Amino acid sequence: MTADASVLIAADAPRSARGTGLDRAFEILCFTAATFLLAALGGLIVSLMIGGWPAFAHFGIGFFFSAEWDPVKEIYGAAGAVTGTLVTATLALIFALPLALGVAIFLVELCPSRLRRPIGTAVELLAGIPSIVYGMWGLFVFAPWFSKHVQMPIMMSAEPGTLWETLTTGVPNGSGILSASLILAVMILPFMAATLRELFLTIPPQVRESAYGLGSTTFEVIDKVSLPYIRTGAIGAVMLGLGRALGETMAVTFIIGNSHGFPTSMFASGSTIASTIANEFAEATGVLHTSSLIALGLVLFVITFIVLALARVLIGKQANL
Amino acid sequence: MFRKIVIALTACLALSACNRPEDAKAPSQGVQIAGAGATFPAPLYAKWAEAQKAETGLALNYQAIGSGGGIKQIKAKTVAFGASDKPLKPEELDEAGLIQFPTVIGGVVPVVNIPGIAGGQIKLTGPQLADIYLGNTKKWNDPALVAANPGVALPDLPITVIHRSDGSGTSFLFTSYLTAVAPKWAVVGANDAVKWPTGQGGKGNDGVAGFVKQTPGSIGYVEYAFAKMNNMAHVRLQNPSGNFVEPTAGSFAAAAASADWSKAPGFYLLLLNAPGTDAWPITGATFALMHKSQPDAATGKAVLAFFDGAFRKGDEAANALAYVPLPADLKAQIRSSWSAIVGPDGKPVFTPAP
Repeated sequence: MTADASVLIAADAPRSARGTGLDRAFEILCFTAATFLLAALGGLIVSLMIGGWPAFAHFGIGFFFSAEWDPVKEIYGAAGAVTGTLVTATLALIFALPLALGVAIFLVELCPSRLRRPIGTAVELLAGIPSIVYGMWGLFVFAPWFSKHVQMPIMMSAEPGTLWETLTTGVPNGSGILSASLILAVMILPFMAATLRELFLTIPPQVRESAYGLGSTTFEVIDKVSLPYIRTGAIGAVMLGLGRALGETMAVTFIIGNSHGFPTSMFASGSTIASTIANEFAEATGVLHTSSLIALGLVLFVITFIVLALARVLIGKQANL
Repeated sequence: MFRKIVIALTACLALSACNRPEDAKAPSQGVQIAGAGATFPAPLYAKWAEAQKAETGLALNYQAIGSGGGIKQIKAKTVAFGASDKPLKPEELDEAGLIQFPTVIGGVVPVVNIPGIAGGQIKLTGPQLADIYLGNTKKWNDPALVAANPGVALPDLPITVIHRSDGSGTSFLFTSYLTAVAPKWAVVGANDAVKWPTGQGGKGNDGVAGFVKQTPGSIGYVEYAFAKMNNMAHVRLQNPSGNFVEPTAGSFAAAAASADWSKAPGFYLLLLNAPGTDAWPITGATFALMHKSQPDAATGKAVLAFFDGAFRKGDEAANALAYVPLPADLKAQIRSSWSAIVGPDGKPVFTPAP
């Protein structure tokens, strides 16, 4: 009671000169931080545009629709890499989202309280593993296992001449689009699970307890109360996970098989925008080659922007409901 | 709370401001030279630098950013020397006012994973290798391969082609070799990255090696040093004398020795298909690039003194790391080419001891 009173008195007291001076400085500091970020972002876009301009000028709109990538003849097109990026990121999201939801729900609703902390920490720790480690693990551990226990049985069981056979052809060493998507799923899973868990924890206990009090089962509480409550935030978490999957570089480069052009089957080699840049930028000497890689970077930037914009729109819609 | 942060920040700023004059005052310990470029010679340059640092105090700061990056950096004059696995053509050198010289020899070795077949058992000619990489030869028991390998039980196994996914001097050498031996390869061409007609790309030597090890029936290509250190099953290749040679330090040295460097302006020479009877056909040097006119004579001198010292005392280190040192007469030619590197006064910056 006395503490509350003193706070009230302090708030009513006239501001000291020193205090207002500090306020002003703080304002300037925050304003600088915000504008600096904006300027850096603007500078990035401008420099990507300038760097990519020779490629856009040379190939025109065809740059986006051609999957040809031939550094010897200096013909470059973004379609193959863009397709690879979208396909792997989408597949990764499809694999990771149900698992991430499951992990988060288990940790918040079902987990014995003694296990809650160790498992939660382990999930957060997974998010901190560098992507190159996932790449190495993917290539040397996951790919051989995946080839032996998943890819080979599927390829063997496919009947010749069917669409399924076309969709499952590939080099039987466990690399390709599907493997890359699975590795990506493992990479974005902890991130999404941790965010979703935080969201579940924001639900006021009264809300859930009231539902239980009305006689709901655990499933009903999760399905009818918890999930709708966090839906807006969950979309944000999912989109951030998707953003990470879109831009992931090293792990994908190791496992995707790196061939330009459209992937035609789930075990086929492909490439993503980030893996193409990582592979070729260091050794690119031709103006058009360098410029095409920078242009690819701009395309990835635009894709990420669209994803974030979509997330905004979805969140906005949810808020209106 | 905020006040504490502000105080802490101010303290940090004040401290860093204090640091600056101290840095400026710090005495430069010995000479430092900066180089950047190819990743292939980086371990050897590091070894050479270590030895010379102990001896003369000369410190080398070498950044292995890739050959393309090395060429860009030296053209932008941000480093004292650039390094590239892919030599620049004489006209490109003249245009940029650069000079280049080889520093050490390496090569490319095709490696295979065929169950039941050990390293060195399979013999291939250049055109056969090109047919495999073009996707024309699809199985190991292809009649052409069986005929070339009498007595070897080649299995009925599809061939999986593995290539480098990253742009690299290794790919440049390999595709240049295929261009030289097989007219058919012209559809693909030679570069540090090409449009591969078939197969999968692994990142770096370890990426290629990883895919080859995991894929029965695969063929890939890696640097000689990498193949040797990892005991990979190699292929014997036919050289222009008709011999099927093994990739050994001796066959790389034979290739380097039989090449006629004196007729190659700017040392623009790929040691592909060298004429020696024991020469390994896919051999190549890695190069250092410098500006002909050095704005600072001391830096230019330090770089040349570094390579001079490496040529004199660094062969053992090179052998230990599975690189192949340059032959003695080539070293002499390189030293005499250094007279073209001059300081602001127009005099050569470095005169090697005879």
